[in-house]
Amino acid sequence: MIAFIVRRLLQSIVVMLVVALLAFSMFRYIGDPINQMVGVETSSEERAELRERLGLNDPMLVQFGRFAADAARFDFGVSYQHKKPVSELFADRLPATLELAFLSAVFALACGIPMGVYTALRRDAWLSKVFLTVSLIGISLPTFLIGILLIFVFSVWLGWLPSFGRGETVDLGVWTTGLLTVSGWKAALMPSITLGLFQMTLIMRLVRSEMLEVLRTDYIKFARARGLSDRAVHFGHALKNTLVPVITITGLQLGSIIAFAIITETVFQWPGMGLLFLQAIQNVDIPIMAAYLILIAFFFVLINLIVDLLYYAVDPRLRVDRATSAGH
Amino acid sequence: MARPVLQVDNLTVEFPTRRGTLRAVDDISFRIDAGEVLGVVGESGAGKSMTGTAVIGLLEPPGRISGGRVQLEGARIDHLPHDQMRRLRGQRIGMIFQDPLTSLNPLYTIGFHLTETIRTHTDRGEAEARARAIELLTEVGIPAPAQRIDQYPHHFSGGMRQRVVIALALCAEPRLVIADEPTTALDVSIQAQIIQLLKRLCREHGTSVLLITHDMGVIAETADRVAVMYAGRIVEVGPVREVVQNAKHPYTEGLMDAIPKIGGRTEDLAQIRGTMPRLSQIPAGCAFHPRCPRAFDRCRQERPELLDAGASRAACWLHAGEPAGAGTGRGGGERG
Ligand SMILES: Nc1ncnc2c1ncn2[C@@H]1O[C@H](COP(=O)(O)OP(=O)(O)OP(=O)(O)O)[C@@H](O)[C@H]1O
Ligand code: SF4
Ligand SMILES: [Mg+2]
Repeated sequence: MIAFIVRRLLQSIVVMLVVALLAFSMFRYIGDPINQMVGVETSSEERAELRERLGLNDPMLVQFGRFAADAARFDFGVSYQHKKPVSELFADRLPATLELAFLSAVFALACGIPMGVYTALRRDAWLSKVFLTVSLIGISLPTFLIGILLIFVFSVWLGWLPSFGRGETVDLGVWTTGLLTVSGWKAALMPSITLGLFQMTLIMRLVRSEMLEVLRTDYIKFARARGLSDRAVHFGHALKNTLVPVITITGLQLGSIIAFAIITETVFQWPGMGLLFLQAIQNVDIPIMAAYLILIAFFFVLINLIVDLLYYAVDPRLRVDRATSAGH
Repeated sequence: MARPVLQVDNLTVEFPTRRGTLRAVDDISFRIDAGEVLGVVGESGAGKSMTGTAVIGLLEPPGRISGGRVQLEGARIDHLPHDQMRRLRGQRIGMIFQDPLTSLNPLYTIGFHLTETIRTHTDRGEAEARARAIELLTEVGIPAPAQRIDQYPHHFSGGMRQRVVIALALCAEPRLVIADEPTTALDVSIQAQIIQLLKRLCREHGTSVLLITHDMGVIAETADRVAVMYAGRIVEVGPVREVVQNAKHPYTEGLMDAIPKIGGRTEDLAQIRGTMPRLSQIPAGCAFHPRCPRAFDRCRQERPELLDAGASRAACWLHAGEPAGAGTGRGGGERG
């Protein structure tokens, strides 16, 4: 168990270093950082001096080491466009994106799993057919279109929900949350559904196909032959086995929710990291881009790690240590 | 005559498919008395598993019982509502499948499997059920049951898992156990042990057995009577000694010739030329006639019913000459 965690942690660190290298090369090769920082009237002596002071003349490895060490403390320097420390900018934006992603994930799981189970168990019910049809639409419509449709119906037409922003937020010191006010919830509703819809349909279809697969296995047949109730067979035996593979895919999906938030944040003008990142691209604001890249990678790695640990908790076969499993 | 534990009359199982309805089990009748072991043999695809699955009510749709009756201790069970049929499974009819490696849910401990089954069929509490589970494991010969009960299926070898499966099938003391090739997936060295165990437990508890197998050796050693199936029908049924030593149906003769000696396996049936027809292409008349060395005209036109043939009954025109009712003993009672 410990060995497993250590191994996974080491792998995670390697992945993060590779991503950091990518981010680092952005600094080096996209534009000249000095040009970004100073005006046109700066003399070449002053530029050379700045270059020396920023350590841009040091060996590459030293520079990278410095960059990685700073990145680990989430220090990416000062944004070119905002003239403020990047970490400060993200401190405002990160909670917005994470709350949006969290709500979307909860929505995707809370609807996707029961719908998947239902469509697998009641294959011929009309409601199952409705779910499957709706899920096809959910998969084929692009996110921004769904967002615009929702805005059209609920903001423009019915006037029930705000079409942009995050509503009122409450500052909890390190974290500003929109989940403590009614207007915050109202503002979050459409963006989270828009962002979660694709994952929801994906999870539903995955749960459905896995569940159908599991229902065909011998141990389900034997469970029925032992006279267990349908409830015990479906939810005690079939669902638990279904969730083993579902956990992996779902974990990866949650990572991509955070990444895909860019589009939704743009449609709903949600003040998150995605929006910040898009503006940064337009202005070639390398520190923000680098920080975004590293943060997203960090969440992917973190979620992967959690998924692996969950796997471990759910599936006893993984808990056998190598020695005994080899003896079989 | 005492009431049989299981009586099956004219059972037919059909699968509607796009290219017409397939009849996997075609109008078969048999009975099993208390404490009796009925062996069912036949080539792959003959309908043996379908018969067992139909009896316990676990046919997968679209497969369904399209005709006939199944009676357990005198009461019909083929038309029971879903929930009543469920209560009966495990409680009064147990079933053992071929592959012990896949019969147990890998995510649950052996103890969980046992206690959930015991608690489904009795009103024991968790602690009592666990105590009973340990007893059962002891009874099926699992060493150190108090420790092993908390282990997962992957900690057990195939033979040990089949012992657990047997404990599970027998834990509510059912009247009848359907064992569908219980040893086929196991090491040859372990097969005999498992069969011995099954035989001993059923004798001790007075449980009747429907034993489906390819292995004539197992049948000869274990069964009281044998039913031979071919293309969805029973072609011969009778006391085991009679069927093994004095087969009446040419197909059974072929099966017996294919065994080098008692105790061998019938996997290789090369001595009967040809293969069993597919369900969609069962020939008219006697289904066996294209392969039968003794076929004559009548065989190609009329389908033989089970006819008395000495102590057995055989569906073959060669026995048409014997006067009706001449058969004595059990054979004559198949329809009763
Ligand atoms: N879902 C299905 N649809 C159509 N036909 C089926 C279906 N399932 C089984 N069959 C057919 O029913 C027939 C009987 O199958 P069954 O499993 O009872 O054979 P068996 O005698 O148990 O053979 P084996 O020794 O291989 O287990 C076979 O010919 C098979 O092709
Ligand atoms: S009825 Fe005819 S074809 Fe069929 S087994 Fe008997 S002899 Fe052979
Ligand atoms: Mg079979």
